[in-house]
Amino acid sequence: MPDMIQTESLRFAYPADEGQKPVYALRGVDITIEKGSFVVILGHNGSGKSTLAKTFNAVLLPAGGKVCVEGMDTLDENLLLAIRQRVGMVFQNPDNQIVANVVEEDVAFAPENLGVPTEEIRKRVDAALKAVGMDEFVTHAPHLLSGGQKQRIAIAGVIAMEPACIVLDEATAMLDPIGRREVLATVHRLNREKGITVVLITHHMNEAEGADRVLVMNDGRVDLDGTPKEVFSQLKRLRATGLTAPDTVDLLDRLRRGGLDVPLDALTVEECADAIADALKKR
Amino acid sequence: MLKDITLGQYFPGNTAAHKLDPRTKILLVLMYIIALFCGGSFWAYGLLALVLLLCVRISGVGLKALVRGLKPVLFIIVFTGMLNLFFTPGEGVLWAWGPFHITDSGLRNAAFMVLRIMLLIMGTFLMTYTTSPISLTDGLERLLNGLKRFHVPVHELTMIMSIALRFIPTLIEETDKIMSAQKARGADFESGNLMEKAKALVPILVPLFISAFRRADELATAMECRCYHGGEGRTKLHVLKYERRDYTALFLGTLILAAVLAMRAVGL
Repeated sequence: MPDMIQTESLRFAYPADEGQKPVYALRGVDITIEKGSFVVILGHNGSGKSTLAKTFNAVLLPAGGKVCVEGMDTLDENLLLAIRQRVGMVFQNPDNQIVANVVEEDVAFAPENLGVPTEEIRKRVDAALKAVGMDEFVTHAPHLLSGGQKQRIAIAGVIAMEPACIVLDEATAMLDPIGRREVLATVHRLNREKGITVVLITHHMNEAEGADRVLVMNDGRVDLDGTPKEVFSQLKRLRATGLTAPDTVDLLDRLRRGGLDVPLDALTVEECADAIADALKKR
Repeated sequence: MLKDITLGQYFPGNTAAHKLDPRTKILLVLMYIIALFCGGSFWAYGLLALVLLLCVRISGVGLKALVRGLKPVLFIIVFTGMLNLFFTPGEGVLWAWGPFHITDSGLRNAAFMVLRIMLLIMGTFLMTYTTSPISLTDGLERLLNGLKRFHVPVHELTMIMSIALRFIPTLIEETDKIMSAQKARGADFESGNLMEKAKALVPILVPLFISAFRRADELATAMECRCYHGGEGRTKLHVLKYERRDYTALFLGTLILAAVLAMRAVGL
């Protein structure tokens, strides 16, 4: 079975002004994202993380190297629709990705484009809205919903294509803490229950909690790659890329430097509290 | 101030007027407009006004809401009324002052014109009040479908229309935000003459346009990501279907149009 997404020495440059050399936003990225996994891509502004995300469903095409989605090369124009149907994308601003002024019409947009028969569209719309917990809002006007709700509608609009993978490009960046929690809970559930591969692009460290794998991007390359625990315990390298560690890891690091023997890989607040309690008992 | 815009406003409901197929309603409004321009007597306008009242009654939309819709065009109504009243040449001059004169036919023309415009606007508003924008554009697309043979981009046009309608509330909200932001920096939109007021709008329009272009760009990408590739091979969540009530309504509409034409023929 081919991997969900695979990139090979992927390079990309945005068009430069005349007479100037193009600046590469991606300079050689080799990653493999396995089916059913939950991958978080972290990076500060300008690290290339959003650019990378946009190459996953052929919105941006590689300038060098290649990207394969389930074995399909994104450079092949004939596969464009097939690739976009497999990899759905949710963007930052919920207002700029909702097409229709009724929730159900918006969710139906993708299956309509794919030419799905009417009865099947109905089923998919209802199922997708249920999956994101928005089934009571079928006939609502999207502009009257909260940010988190709008973003869940956008996710439903993507699920209705029945994709194998959802890429969220800073989809939580414009939301308040409640909205962010709603969206994260929704994608975690979709990953767990439906086995949909999730690629979450963010600069919020805390959103990496509960992911299978964390990639840290810096200057167009993948700097760190591993489980959240592996990545966050490498504090020095993390700080070198311009990111700060999650509060829990930061606290443990300070305690360590203060002479308390605690591990660095306790990510959640509970784990962190347990680790400190254990260390105190040992003393 | 911006909340008053009634364009494309829709009052949800479950009456016969709401349930009619949008295509039927568009056709009926067209017939009504033709009848308005063919009618040439108080009898004809009386009949058409009665029909409108009856439709308003069926739709459950308050007459007040309809009359409110007339407010933005009040100026045009008064203006055309005046033009007709004072400048129609004719025999029986009732009153004259310089270039202004009121004649028999002037009085008649003015009354007809005002009635015509008022009924026309209220008739079309009744349609938009009882039809959601989405089904309206849907109906339009289906009605104009035949024009595709002549390379008229029907799907694209209706897509543009529905996206425009979708973004009206978003852009209104944005305008309000920009206005507040500019006011917080000391901008003054209320005082000054017309010229100064118009100039004060520039710092609102520039950011509004820039953000609208950015939105359009992002929306286009989002649509492409959801496999949008034009109207070809598209299916619909809601398929329009003519019901019995549509045939009845169209039959009644034709009957009324015929009646108005007959009245004109016999000179009533």
